[in-house]
Amino acid sequence: MSKVTLAEAPPGIEGAGFFATSLDKVIGLARANSLWPLPFATSCCGIEFMATMGSTYDLARFGAERPSFSPRQADMLLVMGTIAKKMAPVLKQVYTQMAEPRWVIAVGACASSGGIFDTYSVLQGIDEIIPVDVYVPGCPPRPEAILDGVLKLQEIVRNESLNRRNTPEYKALLEKYGIATDNG
Amino acid sequence: MDKLDNQIVIKHLQDKFGEQVRVIAEPHGLLTVATEAETILDLLAFVKDDAHLRFNYLTDITGVHYPNEDRDFCVVYHVHNLLQNLRLRVKVFISGPTPVIPSATPIWHGANWMERETFDFFGIVFDGHPDLRRILNMDELEVFPMRKEYPLEDPNRVDKKDFYFGR
Amino acid sequence: MSKPITKITPDAAVFFDNDPQDEFITLNIGPTHPATHGVFQNVVQIDGERIMSGVSTIGYIHRAFEKIAEHRPFYQITPLTDRLNYCSAPINNMGWHMTVEKLLDIELPKRVQYMRVIVMELARISDHIICNGILGVDTGAFSGFLYLMQEREFIYEIYEEICGSRLTTNIGRVGGFERDFNEIAFRKIEEFIKRFPPVLKEFENLFVRNRIFIERTSGVAAVTPEDALSYSWSGPILRATGVDYDVRATAPYSSYEEFDFDVPVGTNGDVYDRFMVRNDEMWQSLRIIEQALEKIKKEPIGVFHADVPDFYLPPKEQVYTNMEALIYHFKIVMGEWETPKSEVYHAVEGANGELGFYLIHDGGRAPYRLHFRRPSFINYQMFAPMSSGMLISDAIINMSSLNVIAGELDA
Repeated sequence: MSKVTLAEAPPGIEGAGFFATSLDKVIGLARANSLWPLPFATSCCGIEFMATMGSTYDLARFGAERPSFSPRQADMLLVMGTIAKKMAPVLKQVYTQMAEPRWVIAVGACASSGGIFDTYSVLQGIDEIIPVDVYVPGCPPRPEAILDGVLKLQEIVRNESLNRRNTPEYKALLEKYGIATDNG
Repeated sequence: MDKLDNQIVIKHLQDKFGEQVRVIAEPHGLLTVATEAETILDLLAFVKDDAHLRFNYLTDITGVHYPNEDRDFCVVYHVHNLLQNLRLRVKVFISGPTPVIPSATPIWHGANWMERETFDFFGIVFDGHPDLRRILNMDELEVFPMRKEYPLEDPNRVDKKDFYFGR
Repeated sequence: MSKPITKITPDAAVFFDNDPQDEFITLNIGPTHPATHGVFQNVVQIDGERIMSGVSTIGYIHRAFEKIAEHRPFYQITPLTDRLNYCSAPINNMGWHMTVEKLLDIELPKRVQYMRVIVMELARISDHIICNGILGVDTGAFSGFLYLMQEREFIYEIYEEICGSRLTTNIGRVGGFERDFNEIAFRKIEEFIKRFPPVLKEFENLFVRNRIFIERTSGVAAVTPEDALSYSWSGPILRATGVDYDVRATAPYSSYEEFDFDVPVGTNGDVYDRFMVRNDEMWQSLRIIEQALEKIKKEPIGVFHADVPDFYLPPKEQVYTNMEALIYHFKIVMGEWETPKSEVYHAVEGANGELGFYLIHDGGRAPYRLHFRRPSFINYQMFAPMSSGMLISDAIINMSSLNVIAGELDA
């Protein structure tokens, strides 16, 4: 058996029989270590994601054990591969189907910026249609880079306020993309 | 079975079609002949079913755009005799803003998507095709993108400034 | 040129009139359905579990490769070929390089040809691992996939030793390789041919005579050789129907004629036969790699490219210090090299079938026209017609046994 490491407790006041900290921090800790990924794999980066999920790199170590193929039960959308303009509305629909809280990682050059495909048929980065939290560069990124992206996202999730969905900034962001905000 | 070579193929084709088949060249040993849109189906059926030729495998159909030529579109067929490993390239030059050529789907089922792809990219209409729709591009696309006059990049994009890319 | 679009095409209703009196249900599978391993949309009409008819829609990652290729010098097209069939990128790279070499009439030293054979056969194994592993997953056996994936990572390690990259390798150059295989690479290849057979044997034991697997795959989606040829199938799925067409054997390239290997064929053309053909091909690939390693030992050491300074990029240390090398470097990178006006069709046996490159060159910087004959695209068109009458679950494993790679399908 390997040694199991526990997540570090957030700062708080500890006394005999009690531990007080803010709810935000506890929820953030729980969310960050139990992200359910929704792999939206279209091309090459999807194969590297397979390696990331596979036995050698094992994404499950970071609490993302179960890839959820239903957007309803997922909270981390991993967009891997080229998104053509034909695919764009599908991706947007998948994103809107996800329940709050939801985060997006753009894996690879194509998802981040269109990559080497500056053509009439390819969307020049998924941030044209949905908001993105973390970009992972590479064509395709190595599994270590994808893991690093997930860790960076965990950082964001851990330090985010519990009610991000109700903040005016977030609402304005979604409004900018034309995504309805009343489903959270 | 006699060994088939390009000369025998040429002889067979000229016996059957005479002037309607022109031999263009043999680049890298691959015999290339040209014919007209009216005879292409007869020719393909002939080379497929003829007991000597037996080019029974359709490798590929594609198009080429030559905007400066009189007949500005070319449809290229590659057929293959699997038994003797001999390939044949057949070209048909056609013209017009909406070039038309008969569909090869009655001869090979596999021609279906190859022709749809050619239609999608070049706007070449395959007469008699059962389902001639766009295949790779969006249905909303108004142009045929592989024609030479259309640019590679999307001219509507706003996120990349040509200046920084040296264009 | 193209407008931003808002609706998902096509609507199911476009294809089928939904009559409430009808007993059929229209079902949309894809384009992001997890069972399809890629972005394919199939709108099917079902009667209970049985598919009555279906329409495939593709193009969801259409990236306009052929249009890009008309704007890029030859060297910059190699990265595009990587992204065609990304499960076996080296085969595509070398197929493209061989096309250009055919255009330029470059003859390669034997050692380089054997090196290419090694890399291409490793790529074939890694592609078949994905296909057969995933077929196992789809029939309910997950563990086989995990066994084989381990070995696939090892193939990646070999690639890394050879070219520094894992998946999209961009391996080799026109005229050979960018560097010689180092000692570690040779050692790892030798280790691979030792460690892979027991794993493959174990994988075989899990499936080949497994009752569940046989019942699930045998007789499913059987295709006659006539149909397969009429639909221009190629590769393992054509050979599963009994047609022994393998480009490596019929039109050998890169000295394949010197190797002793069998072309496995099936009899029924069903999913089980396709699995077996791919499985046997992995064994044959191992044989070929073994022979190639032996042959390389007899060749002069250190030869890794043809002596064609006009087309082969000079080594970097010379580019920085030597005027002539710098000139060659710029000429080649900018595509300002002397090339003949000609047209070439060159085919290699990709992991999925005949991968052809049709290049029309007018002597300019970039190809006048470059067409890829993509086996996945041509193989997949039979999927919808052959699905009618099939159960949904059978259609899914049928799709997985066709091994359609989205990048190659849509180009």
